[in-house]
Amino acid sequence: MTRPAGASTAGTAGVPRSPSATGRNWRQVIRDQPLIPLIALLAVLVVVLEFASPGIVNANWLGTTLRSAIPLAILAACQTLAMLTGGIDLSVGAVASMAAYLIGTLSPSQGPLVAIVIAVAACAIAGLVNGVGIGVFKVHPLIMTLGMSLVVLGLMSVYQLAMVQQGVHIVDALRFVGSGISFGFLPNSLIVFVPIAVIIVVGLRRTGYGRLLFAIGDNPIAARLAGARVWQVHVALYMLSGILAAIAGMLLSGLNNTATVSLVEQQVLPSVAAAVIGGTSIMGGRGGYAGTIVGALILTVVTTLLNVLEMPEAVKQILFGVIIVVVAAAYTRVSGDS
Amino acid sequence: MTASSAALGSRRTVVTTALAFVRRNGWTVALVGLLVAFLAITKLLQPNYGPAGIQGLAISILPIGFAAVAQAIVVIAGGIDLSVGSIMALASVTSAVLMLNNDDLFGVGVVIFVLLLGLAVGAINGALVVVTKVPDIVVTLAMSFVWAGAALLILNTPGGGAAPWLMAIISGPLGSPWLPKALIVLAVIVAVVWIPLRRSTFGLAMYAIGSSPLAALRSGVPMARSKIVAYALTGFFSALGGLALTATGGVGAPVPGSYTLQSVAAIVLGGVSLAGGRGGVVGPIIAVIILALVRTDLFFAGVDPNWSTAVQGAILIGVVTFGSLVAMRKVRA
Repeated sequence: MTRPAGASTAGTAGVPRSPSATGRNWRQVIRDQPLIPLIALLAVLVVVLEFASPGIVNANWLGTTLRSAIPLAILAACQTLAMLTGGIDLSVGAVASMAAYLIGTLSPSQGPLVAIVIAVAACAIAGLVNGVGIGVFKVHPLIMTLGMSLVVLGLMSVYQLAMVQQGVHIVDALRFVGSGISFGFLPNSLIVFVPIAVIIVVGLRRTGYGRLLFAIGDNPIAARLAGARVWQVHVALYMLSGILAAIAGMLLSGLNNTATVSLVEQQVLPSVAAAVIGGTSIMGGRGGYAGTIVGALILTVVTTLLNVLEMPEAVKQILFGVIIVVVAAAYTRVSGDS
Repeated sequence: MTASSAALGSRRTVVTTALAFVRRNGWTVALVGLLVAFLAITKLLQPNYGPAGIQGLAISILPIGFAAVAQAIVVIAGGIDLSVGSIMALASVTSAVLMLNNDDLFGVGVVIFVLLLGLAVGAINGALVVVTKVPDIVVTLAMSFVWAGAALLILNTPGGGAAPWLMAIISGPLGSPWLPKALIVLAVIVAVVWIPLRRSTFGLAMYAIGSSPLAALRSGVPMARSKIVAYALTGFFSALGGLALTATGGVGAPVPGSYTLQSVAAIVLGGVSLAGGRGGVVGPIIAVIILALVRTDLFFAGVDPNWSTAVQGAILIGVVTFGSLVAMRKVRA
């Protein structure tokens, strides 16, 4: 799918239909630095928001926007990593909800620390099963993670019945990290998010594992022939995805001060959307996490904007869908791959 | 002597043809076996299970049956449609709103209108996939928001009504009490649309673009048109699923529910390859019935209904893992 850079520039130079030199440079900038137009789009949205409701853009707004964008960005990290290899992880909603609900029900009896360890371990196991199914048994990622989300949701519904009298207790620390805002504009969840983001962004570019993800997404057969142990990469990837989902689930339960077995389900499709808007190709091999973070911010600002404009839920959904199609189409157009 | 050898010969051809049929439709035959096994289990668990149970089963699978056929068509053509559930919701509310307090003749018009709407909506999905060149999964994921939003615009909460005749054609048996009308409706509609389609040039084109787009392109298959028509047909069957929702529930429901994901599960279980170009619509329909029977059996066995979701997921994973293991062994052998 990706062409060698030299060939593509030489090709465009010779093609008469490219209208002007500036037009070509535009495309090149967007192709090489997708972050620039994304941040521009984000800025435009913020300006529109300020016009729609003057005075809304302030320190407090920044804090709440970041606070709700962070769990989405972490879930979108799962999608970004999976999509780089040509996969997808639809089980993040069920897995993240599982983490939130397990901690909510186990912390009174086991103490918060043990509860968190159990929850993260459970999520890692769900990811391990995903990874084994996809990597070893070559099950299509869409089907594997979809089936896993059903299994997890079903098991949690059964568990919920056993726990129905106990009620849910949200650990204070999670509430502090998930919903607290310090200095008026810095959400406490940044403590968790910044290290994760740095590790993923740097890890994708600078580590062998990161390059393996791109290699497998670009051409799995070539990657295998070059000596990559593809199944091991998949197992590690989906376990990582499960652990990231667990972190997002914890933050969301702290943010919403509740934990249910379907707490995060609503965020699954937006997490895919954030990765797509951020420029990661669902076919694999192209993308990165920095774009995804901006994508999550864009979706959060759009949601705020639609709320401010008092759009009915229906119109919100329609616009949401249209935005995803338009952004994805714009990417395909400028990056030239189909 | 010659007569008996001729008889033997013809018997042998019958056997070979049957064997060839089984070999070619191995997955479907296995599914039928699984279906029979589950029916037997149901009968064992609940000796009273009879015509009433079968009728309830047939009515309950009607919407998801159409959804599975819808999904199967587009996946065979090398795509995937994550907006099936949303189109069903859109069709359901449109039909329920228009049919409420109107006469039968108007109701017939409504059904035709909703089916045309489904074709149009599906064609829009297909056209977007073709024009934008964005992967099918992204386009239809985004369009699922759009169609679900449109359904919410039409009807905010479940409401409207179904024409009495629409509810009548799917409830009750026809002839034998063992033959529920809902099953016949499903079988007849699918047969009338699918069989001519499968045998037409377009049917061939659909399988061709699904199994190898490049080969299809070089063989002169009209790629864009075939893909758009496949999506339109998916929209058409999704609209049928939406009509079935209205007819079985009596009202229109604006929330898509989990029909999209269930349809994907059913086609995979039904032997349609997600890579495209392989499978049919009979397997998915049998798979839908099996999945419904599993839920019934768990209920009869006294298992907490909450387990059924987990079991469905486990079956989905198990079957697909088994299928890919078989495929891997074939490649090695």
